[in-house]
Amino acid sequence: MSREMTGAEMVVEALKDQGVEVIFGYPGGAVLPIYDVLFHQEAVRHILVRHEQGAAHGAEGYARSSGKVGVLLVTSGPGATNAVTGLTDALMDSIPLVCLTGQVPTHLIGSDAFQECDTVGITRHCTKHNYLVKSIDDLPRILHEAFYVAASGRPGPVVVDIPKDVQFARGLYEPPRSAAHKTYHPRLDADMDQIREAVRLMAAAKRPIFYTGGGVVNSGPAASALLRELVGLTGFPITSTLMGLGAYPGSGENWLGMLGMHGTFEANNAMHDCDLMIAVGARFDDRITGRLDAFSPGSTKIHIDIDRSSINKNVKVDLPIVGDCAHVLEAMVRVWRAEAMHAERQALDAWWARIDEWRARKSLAFRNSDTIVKPQYAVQRLYALTKDRDTFITTEVGQHQMWAAQHYHFEEPNRCMTSGGLGTMGYGLPAAIGTQLAHPDALVIDIAGEASILMCIQELSTAIQYRLPVKVFILNNEYMGMVRQWQELLHGGRYSHSYSEALPDFVKLAEAFGAKGIRCSDPAGLDAAIKEMIDYDGPVLFDCVIDKVENCFPMIPSGKAHNDMLLADLADDAGVDIGAIIDEKGKMLV
Amino acid sequence: MNAPASPPSPYSSALGKSNVETHTLSVLVDNEPGVLARVVGLFSGRGYNIDSLTVAEVAHAEHLSRVTIVTTGTPEAIEQIHHQLERLVPVHQVTDLTATKRSLERELAMVKVRGRGENRADALQLAEAFRARVVDATTESFVFELSGKPEKIDEFVDLMRPIGLVEVSRTGVAAISRGPEPI
Repeated sequence: MSREMTGAEMVVEALKDQGVEVIFGYPGGAVLPIYDVLFHQEAVRHILVRHEQGAAHGAEGYARSSGKVGVLLVTSGPGATNAVTGLTDALMDSIPLVCLTGQVPTHLIGSDAFQECDTVGITRHCTKHNYLVKSIDDLPRILHEAFYVAASGRPGPVVVDIPKDVQFARGLYEPPRSAAHKTYHPRLDADMDQIREAVRLMAAAKRPIFYTGGGVVNSGPAASALLRELVGLTGFPITSTLMGLGAYPGSGENWLGMLGMHGTFEANNAMHDCDLMIAVGARFDDRITGRLDAFSPGSTKIHIDIDRSSINKNVKVDLPIVGDCAHVLEAMVRVWRAEAMHAERQALDAWWARIDEWRARKSLAFRNSDTIVKPQYAVQRLYALTKDRDTFITTEVGQHQMWAAQHYHFEEPNRCMTSGGLGTMGYGLPAAIGTQLAHPDALVIDIAGEASILMCIQELSTAIQYRLPVKVFILNNEYMGMVRQWQELLHGGRYSHSYSEALPDFVKLAEAFGAKGIRCSDPAGLDAAIKEMIDYDGPVLFDCVIDKVENCFPMIPSGKAHNDMLLADLADDAGVDIGAIIDEKGKMLV
Repeated sequence: MNAPASPPSPYSSALGKSNVETHTLSVLVDNEPGVLARVVGLFSGRGYNIDSLTVAEVAHAEHLSRVTIVTTGTPEAIEQIHHQLERLVPVHQVTDLTATKRSLERELAMVKVRGRGENRADALQLAEAFRARVVDATTESFVFELSGKPEKIDEFVDLMRPIGLVEVSRTGVAAISRGPEPI
């Protein structure tokens, strides 16, 4: 059922046909025809951001919290380049985005026209795929293909660059068809022999561990449910990356906490000493593995991933299983049940006993204070006061992000929106806006730092405009805390340019935007202040004034192995020079 | 296009770095704008080497081009390159021809040599031995055309150097599999 219309009309028609309800955007010369079409309709809600980076992160928050594709619409030149950080962020964290960019008319391409840039050239490295639409005849197919490529397989961002003359041109619009893509066919179902081999290895394992990641969340709610079932069936311990938090509940009895650089003592030691590692939708990133040649040296490794290139990229594995997490986990559960498998109970009990010894080390413990708010305590109180609500958490990047991951416990997937791979400061507020749009009645909190929040603070204006009651919980230590911590560890405590001088008064700043500002610096008043934030029907900037010099522990220092963690009580001991812990080789690492 | 040998990443595994191999990868792609940039960008962006690269349309009606890449790296790097290439959306198929051990590889070169007297006679004699054809001649120069494995061309060029080599233009490797089956 093809109909004749303009390219701009096709764009909006395709959005409707793809089920898009919300797009994030910012108008400009090269997208005016599309904005004109948006003016005449109500099916697609346009959210005007204040900077295109906010559009990209907003779309990411929307996508990650809802499982849908996030969409943004930006103009040519600076509109596109401003979106690049968000696109790269989405690529690193496998978030499905479709980014529509305006482009100068085709006859001006290459002439250095006003607001021209080589958008497909610039975004080739930071998208899963991109398109320059040179003919109106290609536009409908490309629009639908963009959604397919973004959402299927390992999800990612897709750019569709549409010159202005193509937006004005008339052509025949085709609705989406289910015809198979010419070249792109992600593999969902894994080889059954490999599944059976994996189950056999699991049944024979003496010191097994599940190591799960964002792929489980991306695979959809079924994958999380199946993961929980498999963990229940086997009784194995489970840890997760930052991106995978919530796939297995933080209150679950087999949960070891997050692993990696700021993971728990028990999770990292169990990874190091396990004899069978079952990696599910996780990619052995350097924040996870620590020193590679000492990474889990004695284990057999099973790696389940939808992306073949993730396998053997950083760590050589013994049994690769290429497929979608939900499909593979379903098959594993089925085989485990059908063949009446059972875990090595006795060995497993001994394994759990060792894990309990590591747990007893209480690696997340900290010395609380009556006079000063400790950041860990602030997150703990925030968790206690919001856990019984329908709450979604976003974060910025830095110490506060790690404290959030350690002390806020996620019970469900899609509840933790954070910039894991790229580590983008400024992600949290726009992502909270996107999350709030996907979940209008939920409580959405951006756990932030005072430095990160200033990177996209302008989006508070967006929250006001659309009455989105996002809460920004700033752990304010007046430092780029993670930078400060690394300078303490690596550079003799020379805090080069990491002090946040000339900070705004966040309460007044909130009021200037039309939001509510709350400040709290007293541990005794923290609960009441948090409740005030939750109860306020509108956006809040919460300036939580915390200990300025608290470091984020535990930590695997750069260049060290999983079983060589730096714990808070050790680091706090008088006489320990934490500047001497990382060796010269470790200092080379990021 | 050889990237200078970079210091090993401190995060890279302790797997041996000395066991580098040279592989020829045949990549069948949709012939669409930018596809070559995607392939080449993947190599530069991830720090892989390109020793040679050829690309041309091979099936006009189907819009298919074949990119033949000779690359050098550890077996782990070659495996990564293979799968990273497969991940590109317009890529139909990636074949590691070196791994199949049943491939034919040819390169074409044009070699300009300048000289008089004995050198001219030597050049012609050697050209005959290498089955190189004279495609341009003046009283003081020849341009030879020859095809063969890259090593054969290397050898010919080396022989021409003392005789009066001016410059060389090479196509890079084209490759196909032996036997009746397609790559």
